[in-house]
Amino acid sequence: MKKWQEYGTTLIGIILLYIFLIVLMAVGLVNGYHQGVLVLIGINVIAATSLNLATGYLGQLALGHAGFMAIGAYTAALFMQMIKVINLPVDIALVAALIVGGLMAAFFGVIIGIPALRLRGDYLGIVTLGFGEIIKNAIFNLDFTGGARGYRGYLGSINLTKMYIIVAIVLTVLFLLIRSRHGRAMISIKEDEIAAEAVGVPTTFYKIFGFATSAFFAGIAGGTLAFYQKMIDPKKFTFMYSVEIFIIVVLGGMGSITGTVVAAVILGVLNEFLHVIDQWRLVIYSILLVIMMIFRPEGLMGSKEFSFVGLVKWLLKKMNKSSVGDDKDSASLEVK
Amino acid sequence: MALLETKNLGITFGGLRAVGEFEISIEKNELVGLIGPNGAGKTTIFNLLTGVYVPTEGDILLNGESIVGLKPYQIVKKGLTRTFQNIRLFKDMTVLDNVKIAFHHKMQYGVPNAIFRFPGTRFWKEEKEIDEKARELLALFKMEGSCNSLAKNLPYGEQRKLEIARGLAADPKLLLLDEPAAGMNPQETRELMENIHFIRNNFDVSILLIEHDMHLVMGICERIIVIDYGMVIAKGLPDEIKANKKVIGAYLGN
Repeated sequence: MKKWQEYGTTLIGIILLYIFLIVLMAVGLVNGYHQGVLVLIGINVIAATSLNLATGYLGQLALGHAGFMAIGAYTAALFMQMIKVINLPVDIALVAALIVGGLMAAFFGVIIGIPALRLRGDYLGIVTLGFGEIIKNAIFNLDFTGGARGYRGYLGSINLTKMYIIVAIVLTVLFLLIRSRHGRAMISIKEDEIAAEAVGVPTTFYKIFGFATSAFFAGIAGGTLAFYQKMIDPKKFTFMYSVEIFIIVVLGGMGSITGTVVAAVILGVLNEFLHVIDQWRLVIYSILLVIMMIFRPEGLMGSKEFSFVGLVKWLLKKMNKSSVGDDKDSASLEVK
Repeated sequence: MALLETKNLGITFGGLRAVGEFEISIEKNELVGLIGPNGAGKTTIFNLLTGVYVPTEGDILLNGESIVGLKPYQIVKKGLTRTFQNIRLFKDMTVLDNVKIAFHHKMQYGVPNAIFRFPGTRFWKEEKEIDEKARELLALFKMEGSCNSLAKNLPYGEQRKLEIARGLAADPKLLLLDEPAAGMNPQETRELMENIHFIRNNFDVSILLIEHDMHLVMGICERIIVIDYGMVIAKGLPDEIKANKKVIGAYLGN
């Protein structure tokens, strides 16, 4: 397969998946409530995949992701309020607000990253955790954020279609980034920072770059959360929320974007069943995590990825096997 | 002008002078050995040369230009790469990707180009180029068969070879090898010697190597420098070193 064929296959796969979703909605198998759950899952997918960039690919333990989401949420909301006067079409304003929210989060990512990324492992985890708490408490005590009552103002709206598009774009960008020289540099830092530096990778730059990119997408996740819920509740962005996102990453597999998506869907669905016993939710998460660590410590997918290209190749192979001899043409499709 | 020249190089950790008055000059295409008893300061010298430590005294000139105070990755750009005593590969990456990383500083395309991969842009050109170069380099070391296997799954000798190949991929003028034969059996050591000869004949590169295997050192090095307690105690041709009283004293005691 040529490169453009692979990209085309993936694009068609993404569109087919969306059509499948539309059909389910039309038939009535996915009702309004289910759509809401799916949007929340989408938000968690963005948040968790962005955390996976920092933790799974760059190898830096970050526990303050809810803080970056909060920054993204409030910035996007306030920006939306500001540009209300110029009457942009809602969707354009929405995209602009999300990007501004992401950029603000990335800016904070750089500010936090420069001193914090000198630390490693648990120490970095503690610093980022502290940062998340500082953000939350700052929001509680500032006036323009609406304090502990939460923010209510003019906010756009996000439905399942928009969410699907945003998730598809974020995942695509992450994939393309990881499979470039920049992604290779980040992975090499996770593998062995000293060796990476010794073969010419500017490690400090890439650590801060990766951390900021991760914060950028976390900011976008926060923005979509604000727009979906049409208000911002600062109590949402606690340490426990950061941990929830972290659990998704660990369950899905550090270093697997699609694994993170699968884990986010599983936990998102599980979440809905656990509402009746909400106080036990995190206990069940923890038990899940313990079981996972015993039986599959690398996560659901390890560092493997699901790909539409792989699926198509696999299907072609199956078809060829079942029709050997009578159909020479399909063999010339070049499966490898 | 010498390729690498150090002047009165030294470093002090607290009250301990690990290396002092270290002077060396390596010409183009030379193969120099650096030997000495355990703890003599050999690896410390490598760390000084590659920018891991900043020397407390003296100067390091690469092609007449001081590289003191530069970051390790900047020194790699200037043309000085190294391997490690305990192999440091990117274990969970493929053999091919391990080599590709070393081309990083030769590539130009930015983050936007990585995301918007329009046909004909730098991204495609550079990625294709390094893919070919990396495969070529691995083929030279007869490793093209294991391009797609993970580095950690290679046998020990191959891992050493891969680390040297990765070092060469960065296109150095001077390659520092830190105990390349450590942990190798005689057969593997012989292959390593052949490989080092091969590198010298096929790449435009000087080599400075630390080694404890005297058979290897005396067999391939043109010049040898002996240090003990951070100080140079002897310099010269292999045969001169073999007969040097100070060297024998450092290794066996007086």
